Amino acid sequence: MSRAFRFAPIGVLLLIIAALVWRLATPKDNNVHSTMVGKPVPAFDLPSIVPNKPALSSADVATGQPHLVNIFASWCVPCITEVKVLKALQGRGVHIDGIAVRDRPADLADFLARNGDPYERIGSDSQSDVQISLGSSGVPESFIVDGKGVIRFQQIGAIEASDVPMILSKLEQAR
Amino acid sequence: MIAETGLGALWLAAGLAALQFLLMIIALRSGADVRRPMRSIAVVQGVLTLIAFAMLLLVFARSDMSVALVFENSNSMKPFIYKVAGAWGNHEGSMLMWVTILAVAGAFVALLAHRTSERTTVAALGAQAVLALGFYAFLLIASNPFARLWPAPMDGQGLNPLLQDPGLAFHPPTLYLGYVGLSVAFSFAVGALFTGEVDSRLARAMRPWVLGAWILLTLGITAGSYWAYYELGWGGYWFWDPVENASLMPWLAATALLHSINVLAARGALKAWTMMLAVVAFSMSMVGTFLVRSGILTSVHAFAIDPQRGTFLLALLAIYVGAAFILFAVRAPFLKEGAPFELVSRESGLVINNLILSVILGVVFVGTLYPLLVEAVTGEKLSVGAPYFDAVAGPLALLLAVLVGIGPLIAWRRERRPVFKPLAIPALLGATALAISIILDPGMRILPRLGFTIAAYLAAAAILPLVGRNPLRAPLATWGMVIAHFGIAVALAGMAANAAFSSERLAIARPGDILNVGPWEVQLADVTPTAGKNWTAIEAELRASRGDGIIMLAPQSRFYSDPPTETSESAIRTCWNGQLYTVIGKQDVSGAWQLRLWWKPFVTLIWAGGALIAIGGALALLGRLWRLVWRRRPTPEEWRRERYA
Repeated sequence: MSRAFRFAPIGVLLLIIAALVWRLATPKDNNVHSTMVGKPVPAFDLPSIVPNKPALSSADVATGQPHLVNIFASWCVPCITEVKVLKALQGRGVHIDGIAVRDRPADLADFLARNGDPYERIGSDSQSDVQISLGSSGVPESFIVDGKGVIRFQQIGAIEASDVPMILSKLEQAR
Repeated sequence: MIAETGLGALWLAAGLAALQFLLMIIALRSGADVRRPMRSIAVVQGVLTLIAFAMLLLVFARSDMSVALVFENSNSMKPFIYKVAGAWGNHEGSMLMWVTILAVAGAFVALLAHRTSERTTVAALGAQAVLALGFYAFLLIASNPFARLWPAPMDGQGLNPLLQDPGLAFHPPTLYLGYVGLSVAFSFAVGALFTGEVDSRLARAMRPWVLGAWILLTLGITAGSYWAYYELGWGGYWFWDPVENASLMPWLAATALLHSINVLAARGALKAWTMMLAVVAFSMSMVGTFLVRSGILTSVHAFAIDPQRGTFLLALLAIYVGAAFILFAVRAPFLKEGAPFELVSRESGLVINNLILSVILGVVFVGTLYPLLVEAVTGEKLSVGAPYFDAVAGPLALLLAVLVGIGPLIAWRRERRPVFKPLAIPALLGATALAISIILDPGMRILPRLGFTIAAYLAAAAILPLVGRNPLRAPLATWGMVIAHFGIAVALAGMAANAAFSSERLAIARPGDILNVGPWEVQLADVTPTAGKNWTAIEAELRASRGDGIIMLAPQSRFYSDPPTETSESAIRTCWNGQLYTVIGKQDVSGAWQLRLWWKPFVTLIWAGGALIAIGGALALLGRLWRLVWRRRPTPEEWRRERYA
């Protein structure tokens, strides 16, 4: 019997053990990170969903100024708390655009009236198409887009009050 | 005191395992005959673990909330059977069960092993003691099932409702018995590699254990598959979930071992290969236990993620498997291969069987661990699912099913007669099935179509070993083989029918609405609230008909209070030609209900086939044991020669 056959199992075992040790040592990250970070925003043109609020297209986020594109929905509970933080960011001069995922006009109007409205524009992504093309897997998520329309940063989950300095510095870098 | 008694018994058992290991070292160095003390120690160890396990059952039965494990996994409102079954529906309890089975298996080895030489028996018992020692350490250091809480809480947190099902009472113990039964094959292999006495006596001593473990694994997998099918409400019988694969891999290795061990027993050939398989089979059991208990793979079975326990189990796995592989690498060159065989012979057939099973095992192994390896190397996340497994393992399994029909017809050593002649009728049946499938459903996909063809062929071919002889005089083992191989054909037909003919209907319905699925008309008659001992539910009243009277089905959507969880209880009607499977889901805002209906023709054949395979195994085991105990007891002369060899 050849030496290769006899010693191969030990090699396979070592490989597997190494992978399992790595897995035990590295905390599991269940977030799905977008591969679009560093690339231009994919072209999209979303219709308006609430009256008096302009629609959102990919051209609207590449205006020479950094934009915060917030993916949210009126049916999303963490989004309610996030709106307050977004209002604070708006107060610091941040351009915030919203992509409302699978939402209804009446529900969304109610949501904005109740919780506040930090958005300059809101596009209605009724089938999650744009959300998926951005590489987002849930709500809320936010993308920082620089003045040339390139995605610079992805925030998975709600932006908390403690994240504000970090978000502001990322926006500064994207300037 | 009950919990403390259990803990004390566990410590004592651990001490005895250490002593057993020490005795093995002394015996192998000095040549002293330690079989008798070792046997006694192994038996007492088995009894002590049984006591510990009985104590655990007792604290669960009495709902003693001062025991942390009971508090975390039980509740005084629970039905009694689930209180008891809850003892192994959690990490610590199931590991105690694991160790108990391991120690009891060791005790039976000690009592029954007089076929192998003294040195091999002693080495095998020592190996079994080392295995047990590691898992005692794991329990006592990292997973004490008897830890107390002070002050004792008023009531417990309850058991995951998915586990509150009769399936729980049987599925894990059956699988564990199978997993751990393979530990005996592992210990025998390690012992024999150590002493160099790999021969047909060893194979005959190992065979009943392999067979027994394999039967239980077959049953465990079949039952688990049916449980998932009706309890999870997805309508599927196999999901290629990592933990399902973890139970399939030892089964594949055990199936290969089961066949190669016959070559070793009958012809003294395939020595190194069989020892390797014995080591791999139990290694796969440990990998399975590790994957489930460490929770490192994302799976419906991943119960808890605990790095300390994971590390401990991984260390045990690395030590045991690593040591066995090294022992194999060092000792295998010294094994003399047995009787030679020609290209066309039963031996060659079994080698091909082993090769295909090993490749399928490799396919499943790679698919299960590939996402982990890729993420470790590139950081990229991906998942491997049914499309890969079906496409790669499916054709291999079909090829194997074709060969299953041929192998048993070939003679040992060399075959001079034409082998294919008796296969004319089976081949004709297969061709007929193929023709019918083309006429009835020209658009059928290739795998189900081949499935029908091969199932029809194999159903006939499997019986051939009984043809041309008096079936009543055929050995039980032959009957077992025939039934098991026939079971493969039955299960294959069920899978093909499920893949080709299932119809599904997902709909939003209001009371009064009528939906069609397959040949059935199903009316949602009413939706009413109902309640059980520890749950409340919404229950649909379905009236189903296909022209011959109305049958009633009542799927439920249940809400359990402790812990608060929703489950869906499917309602299934089994007919002779299939199952009508119904699930009720959520109510939408307009007040209508989500209904999921499936008509699955002949789906029950899948589990019937699994049961037949296990029954075949059981018959073979009976036959082997019968001969072992009654016909082939060693004569005093043989006994003496062996003892003083």
